[in-house]
Amino acid sequence: MQAVWNWFRWLHETTGINLTIFYDAFDRHRFFDGFLTSIELMASCLALSIVIGLVGAWVQGSSFKPLRVAVGGYIQFFRNTPPLIQLYFFYFALGSYITVHLANGQTVPLINNFTWAVICLSFYAGAFNVEIFRAGIEAVPDTTVEAAEALGYSRFGIYIHVLLPLAFRISLPALTNNLVNLMKTTSNAYAIAVPEMLYVSNQIWSDNLNVPEMMNVVLIIYVGLVGLFVFVMTRLERALRVPGIGL
Amino acid sequence: MAWTPDQPLIQIKDVHKSFGAVEVLKGISFDVAKSEVICVIGPSGSGKSTLLRCINALVPIDRGSIMVEGQEVHDPKLDKLALRRKVGMVFQQYNLFPHRTAQQNIMMAPLHVLKQDRHEVEARARRLLKKVRLEGKENAYPGELSGGQQQRVAIARSLAMNPDVMLFDEVTAALDPETVKEVLVTIRELAEEGMTCIIVTHEMGFAREVAGHIYFTDRGVIVEHGPPAEFFVKARDPRTRQFLSQIL
Ligand SMILES: Nc1ncnc2c1ncn2[C@@H]1O[C@H](COP(=O)(O)OP(=O)(O)O)[C@@H](O)[C@H]1O
Ligand SMILES: [Mg+2]
Repeated sequence: MQAVWNWFRWLHETTGINLTIFYDAFDRHRFFDGFLTSIELMASCLALSIVIGLVGAWVQGSSFKPLRVAVGGYIQFFRNTPPLIQLYFFYFALGSYITVHLANGQTVPLINNFTWAVICLSFYAGAFNVEIFRAGIEAVPDTTVEAAEALGYSRFGIYIHVLLPLAFRISLPALTNNLVNLMKTTSNAYAIAVPEMLYVSNQIWSDNLNVPEMMNVVLIIYVGLVGLFVFVMTRLERALRVPGIGL
Repeated sequence: MAWTPDQPLIQIKDVHKSFGAVEVLKGISFDVAKSEVICVIGPSGSGKSTLLRCINALVPIDRGSIMVEGQEVHDPKLDKLALRRKVGMVFQQYNLFPHRTAQQNIMMAPLHVLKQDRHEVEARARRLLKKVRLEGKENAYPGELSGGQQQRVAIARSLAMNPDVMLFDEVTAALDPETVKEVLVTIRELAEEGMTCIIVTHEMGFAREVAGHIYFTDRGVIVEHGPPAEFFVKARDPRTRQFLSQIL
């Protein structure tokens, strides 16, 4: 490993391309921490936004109108406002009210900025996921649902065993697009000082004045992460493909 | 009053059903005894599918009474699962679950709804596939099967719930002429084994052979009914005669 680090030091000395994140142990650690934070943020948001999508789509099919209206309102709010402004709103506006008083008299926020980012971005992407899953559910023929009813399935049983497996397959391409968008949008967490990849890169280029190098690194990593995700989703799509549902 | 097997399995009395302003069933009444096979025929739109769907509570009725083994289907406190265990239904468009194989389609409801033992259910699914002559198609997806094969899987799927009565809604109407026969043979075998059947069909030859009683419906009423020998020869009502002349 040391040889690699030394090569980057040599690269800097001979060409001026300054990648401190490789040869400088301090920068290396903080960049790697930022990278891990980004991954953690992405993974949490992906998972939570899918859960929100599934629950929301279920509620949208319920016969209880107030719930449907609430989910409709949620979708409108998150779909029609920019995620950056949502982050500011949650962190600065809501976050300043949701506080705890410590024993020593201090008042601190109950929810930290990372958690706010997860909540906000998950609900942002979740709003789209609700719509995506709902479109998938609507594409399942009523007659298929009726057959399940006639076999004694409850509404929940139909959702779990018939609607979701079919709707999920139908929704996958649209879902992949939205989740890719979510992965990229996690970089907005920079704005509320979540120490993710872009945030630590900013610290590093401020110290080393190597903006072009760091921007390239960040872009390449995003290309790689999103590419890997799309690859996995394509494989999943292929694995779930069944003859005769025209997918 | 408890139901006993000597009473009609299904008692339909003066059933009315409207969709919006349109009255689709206008006072239908008939009984079906255990092991009886009845055929319901009539022009498209006369309410045959609606009637079948009322019998297993897929649609609520407005007025009248439908008793299945003494249980009122119209009762708001009805245990739908208990009813649907007793009443199997097969549809015109098969309506198999496309993401599951033939065998899985048959196993799903006994596993998920009745929570029966997997080994037992699997053994029964294999027996049923054999019964409908689809041995070797266990792992085929519905999309890989012909219409007639899919329809036989659908019949096996209903039978897996061990119903006391089977409802068939124009189950051969969407099939190629060559595959109609294989499905009808399966239904006839069921009837011969003593399964109570209500069959909506346009296959008059089949109805004549298999039915104990034939009901002709038009615009929500039973116009005429009788045992096949009488019905086909002595139909009196002009609507029945016109329908029969068109279809025979
Ligand atoms: N869910 C429904 N909503 C509104 N109208 C319906 C519905 N189901 C059936 N109908 C109407 O009821 C009438 C009878 O339909 P159906 O029972 O399917 O007749 P059949 O099976 O004899 O062809 C038709 O005019 C049909 O359009
Ligand atoms: Mg019909």
